[in-house]
Amino acid sequence: MTEHTAHTADHGEAHAEHPGYGTFIKVWVALLILTGCLVGVSHLGQTAAVWGLLTLTPLKAALVFYYFMHLKYEGPLFKIVVLVTLGTLLIFFALLFSDVAFR
Amino acid sequence: MTGHVHRDDFGSRLGMWLFLVTEMVLFGGLFIGYSYMRYRYPAEFHHGGAELNATLGIINTLVLLTSSLTVVLAIVAVQRAEKKRAMAFLGTTLVLGVVFLVIKSFEWGAKFHHGLYPNSAHLATLPPGEQVFFGLYFTMTGLHGLHVIAGLSVLGVMLWWVATDRIRADRYVHLENGGLYWHLVDVIWIFLLPLFYLAA
Repeated sequence: MTEHTAHTADHGEAHAEHPGYGTFIKVWVALLILTGCLVGVSHLGQTAAVWGLLTLTPLKAALVFYYFMHLKYEGPLFKIVVLVTLGTLLIFFALLFSDVAFR
Repeated sequence: MTGHVHRDDFGSRLGMWLFLVTEMVLFGGLFIGYSYMRYRYPAEFHHGGAELNATLGIINTLVLLTSSLTVVLAIVAVQRAEKKRAMAFLGTTLVLGVVFLVIKSFEWGAKFHHGLYPNSAHLATLPPGEQVFFGLYFTMTGLHGLHVIAGLSVLGVMLWWVATDRIRADRYVHLENGGLYWHLVDVIWIFLLPLFYLAA
């Protein structure tokens, strides 16, 4: 990209695409609330704690990935890269526990 | 500047994401190891988790979440050419990162004081499941701590570059990539909190 086009993008429509401060502050508040829920749920007993861990924690991670790490504003390639990685880890996880289960 | 300046922000971010993916696999392997060991030693992990200071873990979660917010706000500020604000946000991130490490050092210090550290005589007397728990605890929080130090170093350079206008409204992909790294460090901690501190 030339300096000229970079400046044009800066003063042109590019600003409209960028989210403002408010979006990220809302996400941060959501993350704090979810952390509070996670801590609360962990006091309700082992089963509730494990379910909290398995649902609320990935949700928090997803919020950070999607908003803070700008995946929401990226094209499909970045999302595919992340999903393929998570899928690979999930396959390894499933393989390990299928081995454990039939030992 | 004359002529054609080669610049590929998309490729730069893609490269960063590919690196982050290797980090995810690195920690992912440890998480999978943790899950098997917790399945095998549920009572010992429960007992080990009770030894940890959940309050410090929760405070550090709030510290890191807030530091992640200030990084992303710094990017917004740079996009809007609000240099002083961007520097204030980045400075806040650095301070919060140091606060995280200080809290962490107090926490580890207390464990060491109780004879809980890798290869300690006291640890050798504990049941195998608890030895595994503390082994994973020190490995995973230690590796995470190293990532916090690396992230702070990177963001320190970013702050310098914002101050010297190397990062500015029309050129901020370095800051985005530094931020991406910091957010991944935050995500890893998001998982470490329930796995260790809330395990009891």
